[in-house]
Amino acid sequence: MNVPTTSTVTSGQWNDQRIEIIIGTLLRTGVILAAAVVLAGGALYLVRHGHEVPNYTTFHGEPERYKSLTEIVEGVTTLQARAIIQFGLLLLIATPVARVLFSAIAFALEHDYMYVVITLIVLGILLYSLFGSS
Amino acid sequence: MNVVEFTGLVGVGSLLAGFLGALTGLGGGVVVVPMLALLFHVDIRYAIGASLVSVIATSSGAAAAYVREGYSNIRIGMFLETATTAGALAGAAIALHVPTSAIAIVFGVVLLYSAYLSSRQREEHGPHLTSSPLAKKLRFDGAYPTSEGKQPYAVTGVPAGYGLMFGAGVLSGMLGIGSGAVKVLAMDQAMKIPFKVSTTTSNFMIGVTAAASAGLYLARGYIAPGITMPVMLGVLLGSMLGAKLLVRVKVKVLRYVFAAVIVALGIEMIFNGATGRI
Repeated sequence: MNVPTTSTVTSGQWNDQRIEIIIGTLLRTGVILAAAVVLAGGALYLVRHGHEVPNYTTFHGEPERYKSLTEIVEGVTTLQARAIIQFGLLLLIATPVARVLFSAIAFALEHDYMYVVITLIVLGILLYSLFGSS
Repeated sequence: MNVVEFTGLVGVGSLLAGFLGALTGLGGGVVVVPMLALLFHVDIRYAIGASLVSVIATSSGAAAAYVREGYSNIRIGMFLETATTAGALAGAAIALHVPTSAIAIVFGVVLLYSAYLSSRQREEHGPHLTSSPLAKKLRFDGAYPTSEGKQPYAVTGVPAGYGLMFGAGVLSGMLGIGSGAVKVLAMDQAMKIPFKVSTTTSNFMIGVTAAASAGLYLARGYIAPGITMPVMLGVLLGSMLGAKLLVRVKVKVLRYVFAAVIVALGIEMIFNGATGRI
């Protein structure tokens, strides 16, 4: 991918089109990475639990180990299949969050402070949903 | 049915949903949720969680291709995302508290409305040329590439568009869909933004909107790894294949077939919701 990295771009060269292309590449990389992690976790899950009978008809909510951030990471270190899947899904959810963060930085480099504020509002809502609600 | 069979069938179904969703521009989410709920008898809240995640994947995966063409307007998108993400949080909160039968009925109505929208002839409007004071203040004006070079456009109707965007967010968070149709309606009809700019900016926004409610769903334990894994991978692969084929395939007939499927699913969702089966 012939997209300039942040370090090679001086602030004078910033413009919307360039920012968008970098952001787009960032998003795609995040999705590919997340899909790879989910695939790996999924393969492990099928090998280990393939012959169990799934029951999703009644809702009982996922246990703490598949919904708390720290416990998911802990599960990954012990190679728990479903924790690895959840980690991949977390990466996926983090991709748009990263893109919003990156936009805030880009608007700051453009000295467009009104949009820095607008972008930080969006970022705040996203972070609240991930960390503030439980 | 064991886990391997369940994963395989859900994966193939999701692949098909993503494929058709990309070809028709309606997105995969509108089919994935009814498929899981009606065909696999998955609790609708698990289905919504899985669908939301796949919506992020398709939107984020396609964004790079769209922005390269230079149509999407990042300022309009970011400003309106304050409305869609707030709406998505509200929608997710509603979904966690109302009975699943009510969600099913709302989902059915949205399906019927999407089918109506997709079958309707869209009237082209030329680019709007005078910005409203608010749009000017927010620096919404832009230009998009046409065969005769860059075509500038102006924006109006910001409050109406903003309100519609909040509604799109609520639907997205409550039903696990991208609600691209409502987003395009808000930009194209209410704000007079050129259609091509509206659709690409909408696609850009869908992932961020879905992330707002997906975080809440995950934190509340509504995202089940065993279901979400095949749904996310299937929809992502399907929509990538669909986007590749899009240029080569005549989609008109397919749109009608897909609209018919959506009508059938919509009626079934309403029926199952009304009779308390979901």
